[in-house]
Amino acid sequence: MAIEVRDLSAWYRETQALKEVSLSFESNSVTALIGPSGCGKSTFVRCLNRMHEEAPGARLNGKVLVNGTDIYGRSMRARDVRQQIGMIFQRPNPHPLWSVFDNVAVGPRLNGLSRGSRLRELVELSLQHAGLWEEVKDRLGAPARRLSGGQQQRLCIARAIANHPQVLLMDEPCSALDPIATFQIEELIRQLKRDYIVVLVTHNIEQAGRVSDRTAFLLSGRLIEEGPTSELFSRPQKSETDAYLSGRFG
Amino acid sequence: MRRNGPDSFYPRPSVFLLVRRAGNLFAVVVTGLFALLAVSFLVYLILYVAHQGVSFLNLDFFTKTPAPIGGKGGGVVSSLVGSLLVVGLASLIGIPLGLLTGVYLAEFGRGGFAKSVRFLVDTLTGVPSIIFGLFIWIVVVVPAHSFSGVAGALALSIIMIPTVTRTTEEVLRLVPNELRDASTALGASPSRTILRVVLPSARSGIVTGIFLAIARVAGETAPLLMTAFGTPFFNTNLARPIDMLPLRVFTYTLSPYETQIHQAYAGSFVLMLLVILASLAIRWATGGFRRRR
Repeated sequence: MAIEVRDLSAWYRETQALKEVSLSFESNSVTALIGPSGCGKSTFVRCLNRMHEEAPGARLNGKVLVNGTDIYGRSMRARDVRQQIGMIFQRPNPHPLWSVFDNVAVGPRLNGLSRGSRLRELVELSLQHAGLWEEVKDRLGAPARRLSGGQQQRLCIARAIANHPQVLLMDEPCSALDPIATFQIEELIRQLKRDYIVVLVTHNIEQAGRVSDRTAFLLSGRLIEEGPTSELFSRPQKSETDAYLSGRFG
Repeated sequence: MRRNGPDSFYPRPSVFLLVRRAGNLFAVVVTGLFALLAVSFLVYLILYVAHQGVSFLNLDFFTKTPAPIGGKGGGVVSSLVGSLLVVGLASLIGIPLGLLTGVYLAEFGRGGFAKSVRFLVDTLTGVPSIIFGLFIWIVVVVPAHSFSGVAGALALSIIMIPTVTRTTEEVLRLVPNELRDASTALGASPSRTILRVVLPSARSGIVTGIFLAIARVAGETAPLLMTAFGTPFFNTNLARPIDMLPLRVFTYTLSPYETQIHQAYAGSFVLMLLVILASLAIRWATGGFRRRR
């Protein structure tokens, strides 16, 4: 399982947000995307699950190959791509009025993946994988808004997992959470990489250092540098990378 | 003024402060008086109609057909049934059209076409309702050589559409985009997202809009004058002229006979009660929604 991005460029109307970015992602890995605000990290991941095209005036160029298949190919439906490539957003966004169970089950229900007792098993399994089962197993019917921020985000992770994706895109998943919840999610990410390709967008350099195997640094829509996290952090090859990592700008 | 000592935070009374307080009081009193004035018209109207009409509300009123002209007794059951049928048919036509237009404008409408639609819908809300009656008269009544309940329903349905469209669109826009994003990111098609996520989230607002539209057209009189037209006879055939409560009130108000004038008041009271009950139902529905949150 691998993702290969070749010369990806993306625009919002006249503004170019990505300039010929090429990156690869291997299975069982966590890749962090770092860079200052507006560098195109979020745009990049939204191109991976074809959410970018939902924005008004959105255009893109280049290839995104998942296991050799171009997800933007003529015969590919956006919704099939999105089922394979799940996304967790910056602010937890479960449906506040729906129950915990219904929130996790929405993916399988929408895509007809399972129902009945198999659905219940799937929900339980997903919640366990997201590290939330113990905390909610007695209140699966409670509305999701009663959960804390960290719990809601793990609920969103469970929801994404329940849809049986191969890739998890996480767009700054901890930026709206407190440090303890952040710690829990980071632990979770380390476990998730056993089963998924994880692409983690983060503005928190230390988090990238803690959690990821590889890191890519973007600046103004361009990929400046990319490599194994430890090497990138200790021996950055480009001056911009060095400047960003040492906090000289951000 | 609190005086806690020489280092007190609160200022001691001064002329400036007293003038400010007097000014505040003046503003509150004046705006309050105007509010009272505005409301008093409504209250007077409600109380007057209620007083004049309530004593003539009896079982006969709701169950009997009109007495021969000049006679005593009788009721307005034909009008009640007619209103029910025609408003019902109007709702069946107007609500789905309004809903779907509202969904289109909120979820898909971005181009020039959507802008034109929105503009036209907004314009329609300002059109005097008699124009809709005239339009249907020209297009339906004259070619058919007959007034009919269907014509009345068509006129009313056109009146309903802008109300339902506007409230639906506004309420759908209030649904946070995060919910749409989450649904889309899971692989839901736009229609699934709208049906399963967006519309249910906006349910109470949409129901409000529907209630409002129904309550509004239930009391419309002018467009019915040349479409449903009215009849003193009990008629449930929507292809023929049919009687409706606002029409009966209109006819009876202009009549010289006491019984009919009494019944006009009673009918007005019923119409008013309908609007009040609808408003209360809406408040209950949306207030209930807030309580659950």
